[in-house]
Amino acid sequence: MDMTTKTFMYVNRKAPYGTVYALETLEVVLIAAAFEQDVSLAFIDDGVYQIAKGQDTKGIGMKNFSATFKALGDYDITKLYVERESLAERGLTEDDLMPITYEDADDDWAEKPSVQVISRAELAVIMSEQDVTLSF
Amino acid sequence: MKYTILVNEGPYQHQAADTALQFIRAALAKGHEIFRVFFYHDGVNNGSRLSVPPKDDRLIQKAWSELAEQHGIDLVICIAAAQRRGLMDADEAKRQNLDANNIAPGFRISGLGQLIEGAIQSDRTIVFGD
Amino acid sequence: MAMLHIVNKSPFERNALRSCLGHALAGDSILLIEDGAVGAVAGSSIAAELKAAMADKSVYVLGPDLAARGMKADRVIEGVNIVDYAGFVDLTAENDKTQSWL
Repeated sequence: MDMTTKTFMYVNRKAPYGTVYALETLEVVLIAAAFEQDVSLAFIDDGVYQIAKGQDTKGIGMKNFSATFKALGDYDITKLYVERESLAERGLTEDDLMPITYEDADDDWAEKPSVQVISRAELAVIMSEQDVTLSF
Repeated sequence: MKYTILVNEGPYQHQAADTALQFIRAALAKGHEIFRVFFYHDGVNNGSRLSVPPKDDRLIQKAWSELAEQHGIDLVICIAAAQRRGLMDADEAKRQNLDANNIAPGFRISGLGQLIEGAIQSDRTIVFGD
Repeated sequence: MAMLHIVNKSPFERNALRSCLGHALAGDSILLIEDGAVGAVAGSSIAAELKAAMADKSVYVLGPDLAARGMKADRVIEGVNIVDYAGFVDLTAENDKTQSWL
């Protein structure tokens, strides 16, 4: 596909289930993967809850879609930035997050973590480098 | 400048649709191009032709249809979000065995790829939401 | 590469403005629209935070949204620029990209 390549960042700031944004953003991300753009996801503020491990939605009667994040690696989406300050503000640590990995084709298919916990300042710089930032 | 506009909220519930319309009119007045307007989440409801607000208030869906007609703007409603919320064109209603369709003139239903393509092809992508 | 940050929520309702200010870089512009416009009103509990940001960023507010909420131009924090929709469009063109804080 002869097309411009742009850097796309999907900014997730909302917790899952209270609103539809987390689910429907993920649907955009999966479709976007087909366009061979440079895609990353940022989880800041309550968005960090979207990839919290151990989501049990039986009691609220809603579909648990968190497993879909684990499939992102298969779609070549391997950069999931989680903001350290957002975790700390909510009393969370990296241990509270789902393990999400990808297989690095350039390194003998070694399994590597997709989640990178970085500082607000580091994320601000990465955001500034994006061609397109989408918020939902 | 070539713009892609993303409208994430439905008419009246949030100001997003109104702000988007005002922005687009101002952009057109300045000679900019609106490549596409993409409606996602509850934004798909901007495309319902069954809206009947009070006579002394604006009819948002009609404002979109007129924009499409007068300026040839591509108004695209996301099919996945539309299905969830019951926004149907005639073909989709038939496919789903539903007894009615409700899409307004000037809108077309398509996939999320249209949003990504818009963002790739445009100089600026502006998001209006909640 | 300067970014235009668009904040549409009141700082008293959501943390959108705070989050925006935490991520905006020197040289960026911040535009307050819709309910976010109330963030531009002087004398509020967040005015100091916004003034501090203005040291290295430009802050704008959409005039029509201020007026709609009963606030006139003289109520706005000093140094915040009031723009109309045409000015909003210009800001999106002058900055390299935009980010909406919802």
